[in-house]
Amino acid sequence: MTSATVAVRETTYREAMRDALREALAEDERVFLMGEDVGRYGGCFAVSLGLLEEFGPERVRDTPLSESGFVGAGVGAAIAGMRPIVEIMTVNFSLLALDQILNNAATLQHMSGGQVHVPLVIRMTTGAGRQLAAQHSHSLEGWYAHIPGIKVLAPATLEDARGMLGPALEDPDPVLLFEHGTLYNASGPLAEDAGPVDIQRAVVRRQGRDLTLISYGGSLPKTLAAAETLAADGIEAEVVDLRVLRPLDDATFTESVRRTHRAVVVDEGWRSGSLSAEVSARITEQCFYDLDSPVLRVCSAEVPMPYARHLEEAALPQPEAIVAAARAVVG
Amino acid sequence: MTAKQTPKGTRAAAHRSDLLRQMTRIRVFEERCVELYSAGKIRGFLHVAVGEEAVAVGVMQALTADDAIVSTYREHGHALARGVPMDAVMAEMFGKATGCSRGRGGSMHLFDVDHRFYGGNAIVAGGLPLAIGLALADKMRARPAVTVCFFGDGAYAEGEFHECVNLAALWQLPVLFACENNLYAMGTALERAQAETDLALRAASYGLASWPVDGMDVLAVEKAARHAVDRIRGGGGPCFLELRTYRFRAHSMYDPERYRDKAEVARWRERDPIELLARQLTETGELATDAREAMAAELATEVEAAVTTAEEAPLEPVEDLTRFVLSEVGP
Amino acid sequence: MADFTMPSLGADMDAGTLVEWLVREGDTVHRGDPMAVVDTDKSAIEVESFDDGVVERFLVEPGARVAVGTTLASLAPLDDAPTKVPAARSPGAATTPAAGPPARHGHHRRPHTPRAAPPPLRHHAAELGVDLTTLAGSGPDGTVTRADVDRAARASAPSPLPLQRRAEPGAATRPRPRRASPYARRLAAELGVDLASVTEVGGDGAVHAAQVLGAASTAVAPVPPPPPAATSPARVEPPPKPRGTGASRTTIAALMSRAKREIPHYYVATTVDLGPLTEWLRRSNRERGVSERILPAAALLKATALTARDHPELNGFWVDRAFVPGDDVHLGVAVHVRGGALVAPAIHRTADLTLPEVMAALRDLVARARSGRLRRAELADPTLTVTDLGDQGVEEVIGVIYPPQVALLGIGRVVERPWAMDGLIGVRPTVRLTLSGDHRATDGAAGARFLNTLEERLQHPEAL
Repeated sequence: MTSATVAVRETTYREAMRDALREALAEDERVFLMGEDVGRYGGCFAVSLGLLEEFGPERVRDTPLSESGFVGAGVGAAIAGMRPIVEIMTVNFSLLALDQILNNAATLQHMSGGQVHVPLVIRMTTGAGRQLAAQHSHSLEGWYAHIPGIKVLAPATLEDARGMLGPALEDPDPVLLFEHGTLYNASGPLAEDAGPVDIQRAVVRRQGRDLTLISYGGSLPKTLAAAETLAADGIEAEVVDLRVLRPLDDATFTESVRRTHRAVVVDEGWRSGSLSAEVSARITEQCFYDLDSPVLRVCSAEVPMPYARHLEEAALPQPEAIVAAARAVVG
Repeated sequence: MTAKQTPKGTRAAAHRSDLLRQMTRIRVFEERCVELYSAGKIRGFLHVAVGEEAVAVGVMQALTADDAIVSTYREHGHALARGVPMDAVMAEMFGKATGCSRGRGGSMHLFDVDHRFYGGNAIVAGGLPLAIGLALADKMRARPAVTVCFFGDGAYAEGEFHECVNLAALWQLPVLFACENNLYAMGTALERAQAETDLALRAASYGLASWPVDGMDVLAVEKAARHAVDRIRGGGGPCFLELRTYRFRAHSMYDPERYRDKAEVARWRERDPIELLARQLTETGELATDAREAMAAELATEVEAAVTTAEEAPLEPVEDLTRFVLSEVGP
Repeated sequence: MADFTMPSLGADMDAGTLVEWLVREGDTVHRGDPMAVVDTDKSAIEVESFDDGVVERFLVEPGARVAVGTTLASLAPLDDAPTKVPAARSPGAATTPAAGPPARHGHHRRPHTPRAAPPPLRHHAAELGVDLTTLAGSGPDGTVTRADVDRAARASAPSPLPLQRRAEPGAATRPRPRRASPYARRLAAELGVDLASVTEVGGDGAVHAAQVLGAASTAVAPVPPPPPAATSPARVEPPPKPRGTGASRTTIAALMSRAKREIPHYYVATTVDLGPLTEWLRRSNRERGVSERILPAAALLKATALTARDHPELNGFWVDRAFVPGDDVHLGVAVHVRGGALVAPAIHRTADLTLPEVMAALRDLVARARSGRLRRAELADPTLTVTDLGDQGVEEVIGVIYPPQVALLGIGRVVERPWAMDGLIGVRPTVRLTLSGDHRATDGAAGARFLNTLEERLQHPEAL
């Protein structure tokens, strides 16, 4: 909702993230961006386009293809007083840096008895939907959300794309930002003075009384679309955007489920051992006596992502499946 | 006493005596740890540096308080030579709250940020990217510090090593790569792990000034380290030292040493770095037998005191279990 | 005297086996000298002495497995006189362990036996009442297969195992455990609904909230034994709280059928000028906030309550062929709930509430009735029920009494009608009131009197 006094601009998610990067680089000389093709190439997804020219090669630093090396370097630089933003091109390549993320970034503070702090931000593109096949289509946010010692964010809206990076940089601990690949082109109005957003709470994106749909990241638009379809049939779904995958804001989604008595969790990860399983478990733990139906989950099929379009679409959570699950819990 | 009596000569003699003392101190400490481990007082894994004392002591001579050190799980010698208090190290081995890592890390994770000693890493080559990052920060902030990264011949096989020497050379980072080549990666001899075993030669191919050093001769190590550090501080770029040394004891406390024969160990023991220096000092008359015995007795007392202090030190309260995972105060 | 003990050689080592001694009793040993070979289940390791001394006595024989920390040999300090060497002991160093490396647990080759049935198969057998040990397996090495179990089950007579799913004598009479969602159970407890009597289920065969709400929508159940005749009629306990009634429309159907069957209804009706009331409400509402505005429905309820107090013969219950007056006026308000259900919960002591309190109670009651959060007492206690269908559009409501009550007031819609007053024609807001009465308890005259009083009260809204 915009008022006459707030100027609004039509923006894309990509541009919002770029504005956030630009602001961070401009305002704090400790901040620098490091990753593959972030400089000369302009960023694999064009997020950092133009920033090299604006801030120079020391602040926008291209790296060789050495994920473990440069992510660990981000850890070390953060320890030594910088505020690095490490861009791992996609979550698929982050596997090469998993040791540095888990065994160093997440763990150094604890192993050192609280002496070492790692104020590092790692941005990664995630998710499927563009026929990039099995090795380029992972959604591993759930894996990272499993690790104590880091924070995990999933901006799904323009406001969050614009506003999460700043608070993430100010956080004294490692923060991972997951940007779903299909969201970069999403466009809409964004307040010109859009600024930092909260990075602790989930948010109710749509109010409803009949059931709660819980999702995050690239699955949020599909979940909202499903809610619209359900409304046409008189089923009012409340939609919760998790936003923060670790630590999960279970207070928000359990309050919703206590009111609506029914829940469906939508997660692009594979169902087994996914983040949706954690959300479901917390609902069972905290809302058992308010549940009118079991908590259902809509996740990716248990298959490496196929290339053929119809198969990929069948493998991913889609609004039709979300609607069907919602109908099943409403009865 | 026939040693040179000039002020410079006196200083040099005192320095050599100090080197002997530092190495002996490490030896006494490590041997006591072996005994404590056998008695069940130290638990987990214990990797002692018996035989490699000259590397730790020699390299530390070249460093100032502003320089940084990243080490491995075989780090007690490095920590003690760096000046991490013995009480803190022993208490850490006992898992006590007064340990340098609050008892949270143990033998493999000694941290002392005040001494810029950044651990202790149980993942072979896991510390190298960290060192790159620390050096990167120093370079970006135009600080004259040097980061020394200790690692073994085993780490040479890891991808991180190659990524990191390349990054260091590419970005001309102030890193001293101190490779402690003790000829074995746990139970795998160097010639069974590397097609080309001249490690210094290969490091040079990455664009680093690189040379091999007799790691059993503390004076040679010191000389090489000073030379390298001066070069780095002078803007000459990162350096690589292959410190050829040997561990007299097994890889860790449990190790039947089936992979090497006792004759080889005996041969290397003839080049015990402590005995080498002691013999040299005795021959020049700098070191009298009773002086050496007195030194040994003092060090034994110091180590015993550290043991007693550690025995009596408190454990962290269990209620504090989940502390030091995330930062407790803002940046 | 420092002793030589079994060392800890690894994080998971609890015990070790002494393989052989590398010294003899009486030998002098120095710190670092190898003393013995120890086997730790992973391999054999030479263990050194941490002290200087003389080996006094071996306390553990080669081949023995002892806990970490166990003393293996005693050592005498070096500067003591050499201690006695036990004469009968044979030199240790030359002793070889009895049979090579000590036996390691779990490394023997097992005899060739059929594999044990896996847990799923055992469970399946238990369910079918099949004793696995009696079966000859048709699988490899005589292993029992699922087919073997099924065949055995078919062959044997059904046995009364608790897990058995087949029909057994008496199964038909044992009630099938009803599945209900946690929320449904909670609702049932709150509303006093007996879950076992809820016959409707959701699409998945379980009872959900909607079915419980439906069951709670009916009013009071048939009343059990009446109060003792000796009790003074003026102060009689209300009938004992009924147990939860039953499912939704089925129960409403039963109740209404019974009402029509058993209660001889009479009806009296009148049209009332609501002008003074609406006028008064308009004026007094002007001074109230939007959320505190009084609706005509509340005023009608208050007026009815006061009237019921004036005419106690219509405020109570027909129980066992006698009229039992209610202890107070608790007006039941008929509320329609989503799902087709109808509830008529009570506003307790309606006549004692101020008009704003009646309004608040009405609003609260309707909200809670619609969300299924009524209390047992509210469903059980109405002494007289009012059904206001004015907002449904009908002019007149001729309703069915809720037994065991003896009267029901129906209120129609407010209609602007031409009205003669003092010989002049005007247009007035009017409402049709109909009283249904139980002819066993009262007659038409009583009903008429009731309506007259009600009409009178409605003409003086300021007294409400």
